[in-house]
Amino acid sequence: MGVMATAESYVLAIGTKKGLWLATSPDRKDWSLSGPHFLMSEVPSIGIDTRDGRTRILVGVRSEHWGPTVFHSDDLGGTWSEPENGAITFPDGTDAALERIWQIHPDADSRPGVVWAGCEPISVWKSTDGGEHFELNRGLWDHPHRSEWGAGYGGAAAHSIVVDPTGEKVHVAMSTGGVYRSLDGGASWEPRNKGISAYFMPDPNPEFGQCVHKIAADAAVDGRLYAQNHHGVYRSDDNAESWESIADGLPADFGFVMLTHPRRAGTAWVIPLKADGERIPPDGKLAVHRTDDAGTSWKRLDAGLPDPEYNVVLRDAACVDEAEPAGVYFGTRGGSVYASADEGEHFSEVASHLPDVLCVRAAAVSAALLPAQR
Amino acid sequence: MNNGMPVPADSAISVILPSVLQPLAGGQSILTAPAEEAVTVEWLLDTVTGEYPALSRRLRDETGTVRRYVNIYVNGNEIRRLQGLVTTVAPGQEVLIIQSVAGG
Repeated sequence: MGVMATAESYVLAIGTKKGLWLATSPDRKDWSLSGPHFLMSEVPSIGIDTRDGRTRILVGVRSEHWGPTVFHSDDLGGTWSEPENGAITFPDGTDAALERIWQIHPDADSRPGVVWAGCEPISVWKSTDGGEHFELNRGLWDHPHRSEWGAGYGGAAAHSIVVDPTGEKVHVAMSTGGVYRSLDGGASWEPRNKGISAYFMPDPNPEFGQCVHKIAADAAVDGRLYAQNHHGVYRSDDNAESWESIADGLPADFGFVMLTHPRRAGTAWVIPLKADGERIPPDGKLAVHRTDDAGTSWKRLDAGLPDPEYNVVLRDAACVDEAEPAGVYFGTRGGSVYASADEGEHFSEVASHLPDVLCVRAAAVSAALLPAQR
Repeated sequence: MNNGMPVPADSAISVILPSVLQPLAGGQSILTAPAEEAVTVEWLLDTVTGEYPALSRRLRDETGTVRRYVNIYVNGNEIRRLQGLVTTVAPGQEVLIIQSVAGG
């Protein structure tokens, strides 16, 4: 399959229950699919790092037989490398073993080489060499609350990592445990969940223990964060000191996804699901909802999406790119993947009949990087 | 284990790898360790995977525990039914590594 020699193209990495697929497109509408890579291993996390003049795809891979590990590719999947001693391995003395890599998050352009990872058991890791070697964050690992953190249905994980432009404020969300904030670059952590409900606990408003599904930062407003909770959609304007509900106007306050615009203040996307007895898009009709006013109102977006659709979209099976206008992407547990080149106004199908989609990440890349045919 | 003296070839212990792991052992299907006396499975794995850290990680996690769906057979018996990693292996024996049949 060839690709037009346009100045820029797009790559969409799709991590599924049974491997990784890579989709490329000149326009975010017509896609070519290659794969699978890592067939029969799940790929729950992906990071596309476009800093340092290269495009590095980092993937957290997990084999049921052979365990989890991190691979990276600097040639868009032509070849894959695994550091000899493993990128993420629990050090001696922790008496712990890596279960799954839930999040791979390249840091800001101002901190090239820095990549964060969120893992199971609940842990945060930091790399300074582009994701080839990670160091365990001891501040969170040794936190006195650890014994009281629980597991969501999919496992106990630190799944969201948000780093502010200075690198000093870091917010992590975990299921279950809630949101934790560091003001010193990760050296120390405190829970910050005031206003986030945990209806399934004896105290529905505990200091920590919430099942926060995903958090994301507003790209333009300092201190503003959004959270999709296990029931509840929230916004904080004070670096998680307090959270207020922004679920009014949504057909359901449950979901896994929280995306924010790469540049514009007040714009976020969620994908509501009905829960808990059911776990499907409301009325079996899949839609993305976007706010442009920080959650005061929401707009339903479903052009190009199937009806009916009973499969859910998992927390990292959705992403945005940094192009203009911003692209929005997501994949379902039914193995369908959709892309929008206009912030969700219209979607087109990228792929179908894939295994459960666990993670998607997209980026604009130079067309010269794309292989002519694989 | 051999004090620098040559070890008879027939006393070496062989570890037979499944095909999926052979690329991590330089393409070898069998790894061997010299042994003049009985050794533990743990020692055996440490010895044969010493040059292949990625292979080692596939078999055991950071705590040294054999991964749940990795089976290690000594004399036809899976080590979990024997003494686990301290199960002894006699010189000249073969140890089989076979992954569980699983999937969906």
